[in-house]
Amino acid sequence: MTDAAHPLAGTAAELIWLVPFLPFLGFIINGLLSLTSAWLPGPLDPSEDPTAGHSGHTGEFASVQMTHHGHRHRWERVVTILGPAVVIVSFLISAAIAWAMIRTGADTPFVQTYGTWMPAGDLKVEWAFQVDRLSMVMVLIITGIGSLIHLFSVGYMREDPGYPRYFAYLNLFIVFMLALVLGANYPVMFVGWEGVGLCSYLLIGFWFSDQANADAGKKAFIVNRIGDFGFLIAMFLMWSHVGALDFAGVEAKAALLPVGGTMITAICLFLFLGCAGKSAQMPLYIWLPDAMAGPTPVSALIHAATMVTAGVYLIARSSFLFALSPVASLTVVIVGGITAFFAATIGLKQWDIKKVLAYSTISQLGYMFVGVGAGAFTAGVFHLVTHAFFKALLFLGAGSVIHAMHEAYHAGHAHHDDAQDMRNMGGLRKAMPFTWIFMWIATLAIAGIPPFSGFFSKDEILGTVFARAHDSPLANATWLGIPGSVILNTFYVLGLVTALLTAIYMTRMMLYTFHGPNRSDPKATPHLHEAPWIMTGPLAVLAALSLVGGWLNIPALIAEHVPIGTPEILHRWLEPVVGKATAAIAGEGHLAASTEETLILVAIAVAVTGILSAIIFLKPARLTRAAAAPAERGFAWVLANKYFVDEFFNKGLVQPLIRVSRAVLWRGIDVGLIDGLMVNGSATLARGIAWMGARAQSGLVGNYAWAIVLGVLVLVGMMTVR
Amino acid sequence: MPGFLASIHYGAWVLPALLGIPLAGAALIRFVGRTALPGQELQAAPWREVRVLAFTTFAVEAVVALGLWWYVGPATGGYVARIDLPWIQDWGARFTIGVDGISAVMILLTCLLMPLAVAGSWQVVTTKIRSYYSLLLVLTSGVIGVFVSLDLLLFYVFWELMLIPMYFIIGIWGGKERLRASLRYFLVTMVGSLLMLVAIILAWQASGGTTFGLESLQRSSALLSLDLTYQRWLFAAFFLAFAIKAAVFPFHTWLPDAQHEAPTTTAVALSVKVGAYGVVRFAVPLFPGAAMDDGVRAIVLGLAVVGIVYGALVALVQPDFKKLVSYSSISHVGFIILGLFALTETSVQGALLVMVNTGITSAAMMCILGMLHERRKTGMIANFGGIARVVPMLAAMLTLIAMSGIGLPGTNGFVGEFLVLLGAFREFPVTALLAATGVVLGAIYALWAIQRVIFNPLSNPENLKMKDLNRRELAVLSAFAVAILWIGVWPKPMLDRLSGPSQRFVLQVEQGARATAAFEAATP
Repeated sequence: MTDAAHPLAGTAAELIWLVPFLPFLGFIINGLLSLTSAWLPGPLDPSEDPTAGHSGHTGEFASVQMTHHGHRHRWERVVTILGPAVVIVSFLISAAIAWAMIRTGADTPFVQTYGTWMPAGDLKVEWAFQVDRLSMVMVLIITGIGSLIHLFSVGYMREDPGYPRYFAYLNLFIVFMLALVLGANYPVMFVGWEGVGLCSYLLIGFWFSDQANADAGKKAFIVNRIGDFGFLIAMFLMWSHVGALDFAGVEAKAALLPVGGTMITAICLFLFLGCAGKSAQMPLYIWLPDAMAGPTPVSALIHAATMVTAGVYLIARSSFLFALSPVASLTVVIVGGITAFFAATIGLKQWDIKKVLAYSTISQLGYMFVGVGAGAFTAGVFHLVTHAFFKALLFLGAGSVIHAMHEAYHAGHAHHDDAQDMRNMGGLRKAMPFTWIFMWIATLAIAGIPPFSGFFSKDEILGTVFARAHDSPLANATWLGIPGSVILNTFYVLGLVTALLTAIYMTRMMLYTFHGPNRSDPKATPHLHEAPWIMTGPLAVLAALSLVGGWLNIPALIAEHVPIGTPEILHRWLEPVVGKATAAIAGEGHLAASTEETLILVAIAVAVTGILSAIIFLKPARLTRAAAAPAERGFAWVLANKYFVDEFFNKGLVQPLIRVSRAVLWRGIDVGLIDGLMVNGSATLARGIAWMGARAQSGLVGNYAWAIVLGVLVLVGMMTVR
Repeated sequence: MPGFLASIHYGAWVLPALLGIPLAGAALIRFVGRTALPGQELQAAPWREVRVLAFTTFAVEAVVALGLWWYVGPATGGYVARIDLPWIQDWGARFTIGVDGISAVMILLTCLLMPLAVAGSWQVVTTKIRSYYSLLLVLTSGVIGVFVSLDLLLFYVFWELMLIPMYFIIGIWGGKERLRASLRYFLVTMVGSLLMLVAIILAWQASGGTTFGLESLQRSSALLSLDLTYQRWLFAAFFLAFAIKAAVFPFHTWLPDAQHEAPTTTAVALSVKVGAYGVVRFAVPLFPGAAMDDGVRAIVLGLAVVGIVYGALVALVQPDFKKLVSYSSISHVGFIILGLFALTETSVQGALLVMVNTGITSAAMMCILGMLHERRKTGMIANFGGIARVVPMLAAMLTLIAMSGIGLPGTNGFVGEFLVLLGAFREFPVTALLAATGVVLGAIYALWAIQRVIFNPLSNPENLKMKDLNRRELAVLSAFAVAILWIGVWPKPMLDRLSGPSQRFVLQVEQGARATAAFEAATP
């Protein structure tokens, strides 16, 4: 069903269904191929120790447990073509749709309805996709970066016998992620929302024979479900108090509700609980660091560029609701800001290269929430986009490094140390010059050095928070009695501190990985080499994007002084979607040009200070290999153990829940109380009948059965005859 | 299709046929296969004919039932395919049968599940095969009878017909603890149904002792004008019988035992849907004033929510996978009760869909666990681990079924629970909010269980020899998978068929409750 009068009617936008459908086909075919053989472990699978594997097991056990490098799946070639191709074609179609949008200048949502999903009572939920400017930005990121990561995966995963299964999961992820951003109502969005959670679960636990991996996948799913509970309640509240579940309907009806009403605030807060789960914000961030157990391209695609940003998308998509609730918006700022700072401190002390990036992702997501919370929806989405570029690059770069480490250990027949621990790396720039350069570009981008992309987006967020602190509806509101202006000012400063920490821990990661002497096993060192082109190629594209991504939204102020391009492209592009909500939150407050200049200079100074202090104070040459490293002490020990939050959740929540369920509910109430008293009490009375039951055991039972059948037949016969 | 059905006068014979086909099959089985002399063990092979006959009977039943899907279309109001014959004239009991959207869907579900369950556990039963299959067929007739009866006494006869074969099946073909489980099943359900019999007779007497007809009793002002306390007692008797059968907390402890001991096919038939059907067809419509009484409603809704959370938590710590599935059914029943008693159109439709879903999902679970049991002769979760390596197809199916159980969007489980909670939230926000925590708890027990079965290290050498699904098993599980995804993605045809009956249910109950309240107010 199409709105024929819409400018996009008859254009490529009609083909939007193909965009998720093609990856879906890929999922079906790859999935079926994966079922054609046993699921053997692969070379990167941490559950196996390949050095022991060749001799350690014997007999039948070994036939399954043995792992060989170069044991490719028999359908490897088909998967290599099909897996990435479906996503690349989807990207091309999306690009055509985006072009049609630019050409026609369509600024209203183009809704395609494919049928009714849930008609029940006065509820009617449609299967409908919504093509608009916000969803297309996301679709381009998902299919574009998705294509690059699919290509990278070919190089990274080809030797794994689970290759078809890997691509099946990855394709399915793209399908659900597209459903998430294209859904024209909250329930369809929720399909994608939980679907990406499923794929994330399957991919984190991809190498499932290691219990740690399987645990990590499960943890991700369950923690996400806590967030999804919030999303569900938000939908229920919307349905009973706003009376709609589709975006257009909710927007229209919510506008009639009073600003700052309890219901709107409740809806927004429950929605934000969903965001906190999916986008790893306090206190639900705990799953993301563990999620690094998955293959590294997965971390790049799902746990950096796309899925974890879904929360930011949800708030931008629901901007019309958040604009009505300053309290909820301030909550988003507070949680985002604290998360950004808290995760950055943990990032300072991690040794696993992927864990550094994981905490960095949590921290950057916090920034995005500070942005959308402060009503800077465009800035939040802008940072989402640039972060997708540079963080995907960082993860893929880390993947390239890990891949090289593994291969070198294997080729050199060296002892397999932890291939992700930076203390076992060092000096890799000589062996991997491209990866080294590309990752520096991403590091400068995330640290906020101009003209790299991250500088523009981060600066816009911080600048907006500062601006909102003065004379905006947000500043005038109070949050638990604290004036909004105080909160915004506080989080502006905390944002700057976080930027400083970001620059420090990222530089630390680069120094320990690529600079100084090499600390790998000497037998492995000569075998370290750059990744193949299918992996460096996507890195190069992402590096280019990280470099120029900022051009998407150059501040007007800079464009005035330096003629580098059209200012505020993204801002104008998203204006029809979030413009009204932004205006409602921003109020009349405006920054003077001189203030804005000062803010930019301060931000640059902070970033430079961070990088320089890391270079000056950190000495890669003094590091020892992980196995020989001394234990951390004092506050470093607390940081290295991530403030013991996981331990708290486990001992304080999970274990008691299991113990109470087992001892009190099952053994106590079920077996003891209900069975013991109520059922078995009457069983004493029934001993006599039990005796009869025992008789029934003696072989006469067949006759009992026949008596019943006969009786029934006679009865039925009598009834029909009469 | 409707034209074709009309041309063969489908409505005139379908219900007697559905009742009769299993009985005929049960009778025929007597004459098939070789008979063992006393003390002589027979090889499994000669029993193939028996299995084929039983399966064919179930398949024919399914094909016949399939017509109901079109015969009782979305537009159908009230009961169709009615047959109304005099039965025990002195008491006014009649042989009245008919179907509406709810019963049609339930019958269809039962008739489609049974051949799948038989095919899915083809060789599980190896002794007294003829008795087993004939009892199973009689049981099916009983279940169908329960779904079509529109006369309380007739309903009671079928209700008992359903109990007795089940008792024997568990007691004879069950696992190690079969005797205890069957006895307990028998006692607990018998207590409930005897109470119900008393209530049926009292209701009959109160309405003048002339009819057992459901529709006339439902409209009878004699029942509606009964003293509210008295109504409450009658409602309680009905509700108790159904709550036991549906394994509503705290009347649920027989279910894990019975399902654990019963052979796979029967564990499938032990589904909770019959009890839930009794609630929606008899208990609530007969005594709307009592059911919607604030106090009664608060208790029932409380039991529902406690059941959701309690079932999920106890499922979490079960060492045996089958029992875990039983407790998850107990949790799901909470959603059914919540949806029905929240009494909004959306929540009632959701509750009916959850009835269908638990039927499908727990049947699929029981089948796949039966397959695991056939391979390893154990159902303890701890004996597995990492088997996805050796049985990828089984692992993929188990994951899909588990996802349906925890209500992942895109599967049937989501649609039902979503509608229940969405509908209930309008009327009882706090209750629905508490119930929604079941969504999180469900994920915990299901994911933990499948992790310990198909993921983790493949450390038990016994598991290495496991064979993946054969064609028969793959076909059965694929049928379940199709049902799970079809209802998840395109539930509209199903919801359309349930919408008329739910509307009527809500309307009648509201009117009835108002009438009782009016009588109550008029009484000095």
